[in-house]
Amino acid sequence: MKPKVAFFDFAGCEGDQLQIANLEEEILDLLGQVEVVSFREVMKEHSDNYDIAFVEGSCTRLQDEDRLKQIRKNASIVVAIGACATIGGINSLKNYQDTDVVKKIVYGENAHLFDTYLARPIDAVIPIDAYVHGCPITKDEFLHVVKSLLLGKKPEIPNYPVCVECKKNENVCAFEREEFCVGPVTRAGCNSCCVNEGTKCWGCRGLVDNPNENSQKEVLVEYGLSVDDAIDKFKLYFGWEKKK
Amino acid sequence: MSNKKNLEVNVHHVTRVEGHGNIYVNVEDGIIERCEWNISEAPRFFEAMVVGRNWNELHHITSRICGICSIGHTLASLKATEAAMGITISDQDLKLRKLALHAENLQSHILHVGFLILPDLMDVGSVIPLASSNPDEVKTVLALHRMANDMSNLICGRTTHPQRLIPGGFSKIPSIKELQNLKDRLKSSVPELEAVANLLKTLAPKIPDFVRETEFIGLKNPNEYALYDGKIASTDTDSAPASEYLSYTNEYVVPQSTAKWAKHNRDSYMVGALARLNINYDKLSPLAKKISGLFGLKPVCHNPFMNSIAQLVEIVHSVEDSIKLINELESTGLEKQSDYNLPNLLVKSGQGVGAVEVPRGILFHDYTYNDEGVCTKANCIIPTNQNHGNIELDLKALLPQILNKSKKEIELNLEMLVRAYDPCISCSTHAVKIHFV
Repeated sequence: MKPKVAFFDFAGCEGDQLQIANLEEEILDLLGQVEVVSFREVMKEHSDNYDIAFVEGSCTRLQDEDRLKQIRKNASIVVAIGACATIGGINSLKNYQDTDVVKKIVYGENAHLFDTYLARPIDAVIPIDAYVHGCPITKDEFLHVVKSLLLGKKPEIPNYPVCVECKKNENVCAFEREEFCVGPVTRAGCNSCCVNEGTKCWGCRGLVDNPNENSQKEVLVEYGLSVDDAIDKFKLYFGWEKKK
Repeated sequence: MSNKKNLEVNVHHVTRVEGHGNIYVNVEDGIIERCEWNISEAPRFFEAMVVGRNWNELHHITSRICGICSIGHTLASLKATEAAMGITISDQDLKLRKLALHAENLQSHILHVGFLILPDLMDVGSVIPLASSNPDEVKTVLALHRMANDMSNLICGRTTHPQRLIPGGFSKIPSIKELQNLKDRLKSSVPELEAVANLLKTLAPKIPDFVRETEFIGLKNPNEYALYDGKIASTDTDSAPASEYLSYTNEYVVPQSTAKWAKHNRDSYMVGALARLNINYDKLSPLAKKISGLFGLKPVCHNPFMNSIAQLVEIVHSVEDSIKLINELESTGLEKQSDYNLPNLLVKSGQGVGAVEVPRGILFHDYTYNDEGVCTKANCIIPTNQNHGNIELDLKALLPQILNKSKKEIELNLEMLVRAYDPCISCSTHAVKIHFV
């Protein structure tokens, strides 16, 4: 029998599920291996009987924790997809400000009507079995993780910095171009895609497990940048990790 | 008598739409007690998140408002920042940005019409069963969708959260050769699009014949079918520059749903493909006009279900206009730039509004920056938010007309109405749920 899979989303842009919808012809191959029982973005049917749950988005409200716990109970494997789910992502930018102020900025006098707490990744609420990093995820890594899980293997995710891939791609270093890049401490696996497109690494895949802080400091000194600059850049995606 | 019935419809999380929205209906003794469109999406607070961030990060952050229309958000964001600081872009970059917007409209419209609307018209729950029952049609839609995504990749770096679009222009641009290849693909997609149009034409009798007069708002430009730039126009009133957007959007809070709604000249208005077509019909490309004629779609059309057909018409328009834009770029040749281009811009304080037509309608970003280029205030008004009020008033008008149908049919019809708007609920940063008790 084909394993049953379901997709769920919390606070996020649904861009990761879109990458899966964007698998185009490959989606038909994937459908030969698994049975999709819930994917609200593209199908009407829904079932709570599933083996693998893919969860996109951050948890930003207490009330969403119950839904996550139910998903954990129903599924034997839970996979976090995309930066909001894996590390808290852009959502955690609001964690640096007072929650009441944040609510007031957006909703004014109606602020009291809106529940929100510190934005957090899914593994801050329930245990997670696998991660598909990135903002958005890449199709290739998603397929790699799915294939590994179907074969009963632990997916291999790079644990070295983006610089390794970037060097291999022979990019001109962002620091040489007076850009501030967080590639030296960010987990690779994206093939340095943002630098390849002429910009810099923003850190969407989160920190490597053992970031080489000394090397990052050396880079800062070399290019005359301050630790405050660095902390400010890290805020973009690492809000939850830094709070831990 | 069927009109004396009791009925309760709770469509929790309408499917095949982006984000979480609910329909609540309660009918007692044939009297409609409640008919509501509710939003249950978790709020994300983008306007607060960007406060304190630098001018050259805003487009990256606000792109994350929506995965489906991230190119549109990026462009509205860049336009707001550029307006605030008096930054201008080259004619070449303007054309490339127009291509970026076409790519996203194509991608989003093809996804909506082909994957999300077609199943309703063919009486199935999703595109998945269609893959075995109508493999040729599904393959055609997939191929068109892939072409649109490849076009986004080529112009923007990727389809979701584009990298190449930056303040002042592009970090990297495609080569003329790549643009020529794209043009060839666009040209060869025309017969495929006509095939899709003909398939939809055979299914057109299933599109509900429902009319409720409303106001339509969208950009208008004397030179073209307005998508990237123009004045704010209405089918009811005069037009105004984008900087006066607040006098059009007039957001307000309604007691039964905390979703912020918008109204202008009437109780609600509609934005999106149908609004654009109603406002800009004369500027459609020749084949787009022909496809519009095939469905008898002419301004001003007040049937919201025809929004999906307006999307089909826009798909054809985007293909034809993209071919034209590439021809123009070819004739002038591309001005060379570094593959790591970083325009040298003068950072200064100011306030600016960016208005862009994105797949679901007119989108506004409004930023204020201090002397260091740090954002001190932001406002984003998203198309779906502007449509919420119109969706609910349409639901209220449609329900009495279909009350004699079965519960299942009523549910399907109400859901189809919501889906016709192609709502993008994650986008609606102002929108939120909650049941007032």
